[in-house]
Amino acid sequence: MVDASVADRTAGGQLLSSLRATRSLTTPSLVLGATILGAWILVALLASAVAPHDPLATVAGARQPPSPDHWFGTDRLGRDVLSRVIFGGRVSLLLGFISVAIGSVIGTLLGLVSGYYKGLVDTVTMRAVDAMLALPGILLALVVIAALGPSITNAMIAVGVSTIPRYARLVRGTVLSVREAAYIDAARLLGVRDYKIMLRHVLPNAAVPLLVLSTLEFGSAISVGAGLSFLGLGAQPPTPEWGLMAAVGREVLGRAWWISTFPGLAIFTVVMATNLLGDSLQKILDPRLRSR
Amino acid sequence: MLVPYVLGRVAQLGVVLFLVSLIIFSIMHALPGDPVQLMLSGAESGSVTPERMEELREEMGLNDPLPVQYARYIGGAVTGDLGTSVRLRSPVVDLILDRLGSTLALSLGGIFFAVVIGMTTGILAALKQGSWIDTFSMILAYVGVSLPLFWLGLLLILVFSFQLGWFPPAGQEGLRALVLPSLSLGLISAGVIARLTRASLVEVLVEDYIRTARAKGLPKRIIYLRHALRNAFLPVLTILGLQFGAMLAGAVVTETVFSRPGLGRLVVSAILWKDYPLVQGIVLVMATTYVLVNLLVDVWAAWLDPRIRQGPT
Repeated sequence: MVDASVADRTAGGQLLSSLRATRSLTTPSLVLGATILGAWILVALLASAVAPHDPLATVAGARQPPSPDHWFGTDRLGRDVLSRVIFGGRVSLLLGFISVAIGSVIGTLLGLVSGYYKGLVDTVTMRAVDAMLALPGILLALVVIAALGPSITNAMIAVGVSTIPRYARLVRGTVLSVREAAYIDAARLLGVRDYKIMLRHVLPNAAVPLLVLSTLEFGSAISVGAGLSFLGLGAQPPTPEWGLMAAVGREVLGRAWWISTFPGLAIFTVVMATNLLGDSLQKILDPRLRSR
Repeated sequence: MLVPYVLGRVAQLGVVLFLVSLIIFSIMHALPGDPVQLMLSGAESGSVTPERMEELREEMGLNDPLPVQYARYIGGAVTGDLGTSVRLRSPVVDLILDRLGSTLALSLGGIFFAVVIGMTTGILAALKQGSWIDTFSMILAYVGVSLPLFWLGLLLILVFSFQLGWFPPAGQEGLRALVLPSLSLGLISAGVIARLTRASLVEVLVEDYIRTARAKGLPKRIIYLRHALRNAFLPVLTILGLQFGAMLAGAVVTETVFSRPGLGRLVVSAILWKDYPLVQGIVLVMATTYVLVNLLVDVWAAWLDPRIRQGPT
């Protein structure tokens, strides 16, 4: 049961393994994913140059539908939704990067130490990992937010923490598969220090799966982070953040569909792009999967 | 053979739940932040004297060492006492029991849609490989894992409530109000189930016993329904537990989208209220439900497939 939850990056794990079988999407999906994600990163970096308006300023009447002047319409305070979506990219992409950084660094270290030393350290770490994975989806992040208090920074930490167990699992698995290898023994006999063996000789073996996992986690972190903000547990007004914008727009959904719809579409495109990218990377970089 | 398997799994379940409670408790208590201060942060400054705060701390047992606090908490939890909500001033257990049914109904509804839509699509995709429905099942799977749940809910409201007027956009009266929230949860998982159904059915269809059935001249309908589908269902069953977890976690978001009272919405409020006992209780109950459902699913699978019981699970 607990093993099953490894793939808890919601349905992603299983999905990817089944999608691997289809060759038709390989290259186009890599190009498509990389292009969309690259475009978003560019837009986020150049937000102040690209955005037609100040995301925080009232520039027109409230709740104007999409028009040539305001492509995505205006929100309840007369702010330009397009500009807010563009600036929202900064918040969301940053959240993705920081969460992945937190999760991958801590998770990798735990996995390395746990797999390398085995014994008590391993048992304790892995039981903790099991317990964390027994909290489905967003719940672990919720517990962390509950302890730290709602804010966008804490949302980044919470989402990052909630990815730790998956990284720890992954790296530990790789370590266990190579720790008995001859070159590791050789390094040990030569008197190379443990931490050096772990970082120089063991860790590189995990590079490809780590890259793939991080790509996928990046997208899922953005989605979960936006979800937290949607619930009022992440970004706070007036921050232009996609989840928060959708939450505010929800209250006037019947009268002004565009306020919620466009930020949601933005999240969807980013997450879709990272899924396409992660899937293609895995297929290309991991030769063992090609034959399947 | 089934009984020892189940007993073993139940024992495992106890261990997992113990660890889960320990993790929740550790995160909530080990991280910086004084619950009393947080609780009172809403109160007017100066209205609470330091003496009163100390009293509160003592009252809530926050001055005891953490292991003592944990032991007291878990001792209570085992006997059905999860403490008292700071904000609502009633036992956490009662508050949870009031809303558990609604959240379970929503999750089961989600599973229902996920299985019906997913398996139907998956079966059709397997029978007509390379056709448009095969492509559709793949797109559904991709879109499903990429769609932000809250956004999907909002889109469903826009189309089916505001445009078509078929279902209410909010509330929890009757089955009609359950349709859209369940559908939004179900669609997220439907794609995965579709792909899995397709994959396992494709595998099963080339098995010897299918060829035998064909050779016997059995009608196609019977071969598919009785021989192929039965065996193709097992892999789907094994991920249902996992999907149920996705539904429970998704309820946190979906209940907010559709203004449905339930555990998910309550836990969000509890976090905003800094109501520690309530947050802790709800998360623990949700995790327990998830673990229990996984156990049921595993036992069901073991009952259907004797091979699982023998395995080193």
